[in-house]
Amino acid sequence: MVEANSDSPDKIKDPLEIPKLICGAMADIRPYPAHPQHNTDLGFPPELIDNWKEVAIAKIGELAEKNRAFKLYLDICVKCGACTDKCHYFLGTGDPKNMPVARQDLLRSVYRRYYTFAGKYFPWLVGARDLTKEILEEWYSYYHQCSQCRRCSVFCPYGIDTAEISMAAREILDSIGMGQKYCNEIIAKAEKLGNNLGLSPKALKATLEDLEEELEDDTGHKIRLPLDEKGADILLITPSADFFAEPHIDGLLGYAKVFYKAGISWTMSSYASEAANFGMFIGSYENMRALALRIRKAAIDLGVKRIIFGECGHAWRVAYSFLNTLAGPFDFLDQNYPIPQHIVEFTYDLIQKGKIKFDKSKNDEYRVTFHDSCNVARGSNMGTIPGGQFEYPRAVLKACCNHYYDMDRDTIMESTLCCGGGGGLLTDELMDLRTKGASPRMSALQQASEDYGVTHMAAICAICKTQFSKIMPKFGYGMDKILSVHQLVSNAIILDDEPSEKNNGQNKQTTKGTKQNGAKLANKDDKEAS
Amino acid sequence: MVSLIFAILFYLATILLLGGIAIKIWNYAKTPAPLKIPTMPAPRNGRGVFFRLLREVIFFESLFKSNKWIWLFSYMFHLALLLVLLRHLRYFTQPVWWWVEIIQPFGIYAGFAMTMGLIALLLRRIFIKRIKYISNLSDYLMLLLLLLIAASGLAMKFVSHTDIIAVKAYMLGLLSLQIKELPLSPILLTHLLSVILLMIIFPISKLLHGVGIFFSPTRNQIDNSREKRHLADWAKKLENNNFEREGGRNG
Repeated sequence: MVEANSDSPDKIKDPLEIPKLICGAMADIRPYPAHPQHNTDLGFPPELIDNWKEVAIAKIGELAEKNRAFKLYLDICVKCGACTDKCHYFLGTGDPKNMPVARQDLLRSVYRRYYTFAGKYFPWLVGARDLTKEILEEWYSYYHQCSQCRRCSVFCPYGIDTAEISMAAREILDSIGMGQKYCNEIIAKAEKLGNNLGLSPKALKATLEDLEEELEDDTGHKIRLPLDEKGADILLITPSADFFAEPHIDGLLGYAKVFYKAGISWTMSSYASEAANFGMFIGSYENMRALALRIRKAAIDLGVKRIIFGECGHAWRVAYSFLNTLAGPFDFLDQNYPIPQHIVEFTYDLIQKGKIKFDKSKNDEYRVTFHDSCNVARGSNMGTIPGGQFEYPRAVLKACCNHYYDMDRDTIMESTLCCGGGGGLLTDELMDLRTKGASPRMSALQQASEDYGVTHMAAICAICKTQFSKIMPKFGYGMDKILSVHQLVSNAIILDDEPSEKNNGQNKQTTKGTKQNGAKLANKDDKEAS
Repeated sequence: MVSLIFAILFYLATILLLGGIAIKIWNYAKTPAPLKIPTMPAPRNGRGVFFRLLREVIFFESLFKSNKWIWLFSYMFHLALLLVLLRHLRYFTQPVWWWVEIIQPFGIYAGFAMTMGLIALLLRRIFIKRIKYISNLSDYLMLLLLLLIAASGLAMKFVSHTDIIAVKAYMLGLLSLQIKELPLSPILLTHLLSVILLMIIFPISKLLHGVGIFFSPTRNQIDNSREKRHLADWAKKLENNNFEREGGRNG
């Protein structure tokens, strides 16, 4: 551990450099267990049940019947080793149990023991293990060191997806009363109150009104942030972090400006005031569905024609890939638009049609790169052509910034490195893991800073943004070097129609985000730091 | 007596191999994939998925992206194995099919390529720490079994010739349910026994990967979740329980 810390700030490492194996390096890392109340809220036993062994083994069998991916992936891995150097947590920690195949093996060995011929009769031959309490602890530790980013599934010759195994493992743990605090507490809150933060409709309304005032002060335009307005065309579902955290909030202001310029009526919902769906992280179809149905109900109650999602990575995976399954069919919405649509798709279309224009010089102080968020990159799409999820955000960034550069090709797009905080790991007690898991991404960023003078990284994921604002200072970047994509849109969007007013308007247009970031900005600081 | 035992073993192994694979295929086919989880970017239509799978099966596309050495060794092994298998059709066909005649000479080189690929894979498994860490005894033994098959096969060609005419007569006999005399060469019997063992363990081991890939949701699903609703049978039952769905409570 001392080594890892000492060499990161000095010289830039190859982001994909394979570490030496350090057995047990992360064995003691584990998130806090859930409060019994939070387990029961989600329909799980409050704490470890007496017959955990039978229940867990039965659950494995149940999942093998309900989910082909789970069964198939446990069956067909040939241990070729192609995935062994693909996980950012392995690259960052050197713990062999963070190699995707080894992580799967923690469960595969037990599955083999109880559900395969070889494992039943020749356990020693195929590494099959009886389920013990130690193994439960091992699962709890290492299945909470997987951010379900699916990078391994890109490189596996059979597409084996460790995320499927880690979601299943968490579901098994939940079913015997070993829930994780961070996820279960948040899901319980979202199922009761509509968002992960537990914000009441009243508090949300007050927050949005304050922001509206700020927007008017900054821009001179009456830009709205509507809540619960029936009959609006668009329902915006955005991560609740957009209501209070930096740089998320600047992204929210960006969406508002885009809607304002588009001249389309929109609203948010206090009933479904959360895009994030942590039900996915714990592999719980039922909980994921319960959260998704809130969005359906909000759309029906408000009588909207379209649903648009704000910048949130796994939310967009659930929205793009699962929402139709969980809460469809959406036959009551306008079928001329994608259901649901991503805010980046919406902005992209407006740019293509020339309906919004930018003064790119407003972003000249930023030399920007884009961090492909794992769930968007490998779990979703945008537009109609494969790879739209890579093209659209880049096109939006290039439309509003003069200085855009990509990081190393092996660390972006479908090969993108996770921020280190996804999958329900964005909790303080896992900070050591999060830092080490982020180090490959940080090395790639440092390379881009070295090569192109990149100063800032933009992202379209609430978890990425929060994670990086905490982690970047450990790697020589200010916490404000992570940006929302729509923050850059917000900075540069031209709100005034009349060309003659343009100059006056521009002075006023500086948003809160730009002021804050601008003051602290200095390209040279970054260079020296890295 | 030996001829009879081997005949029984061959019939048994064939039934276990084909029956086992059929059962597994049936199982995978009927197990639902509850959610759309293609590894993106993914094809937008069935044609695209067909070609994605084809590229995986013919070129090992993802493996190539991942690791050039593993790709090289395993590609060498699998391609050579295919040629060797096709070459072996000459022992089961009379007259021998013309294209089997054509690949005949390549099949022999393939025997060497297969052996070298297997040795390289075995050495990786032993000497690269990451791969060693994830290997079980069965992983080594399977490579050794394949090596035994390859080596005993080559030995019959280059070291100690077997009465190949008699072997062919025996195999053709098996196909028409007659038991002819099998030459009692130890190398031949080793070769045949190890093949029989391989056939038996195929459906109940990781060797199933050859079949499994076609059922892998991350590779065989179409990226069309927004356009087409995907719903597993067991999830349909949940649809009746839509307490939230059309509810009257206003948000």
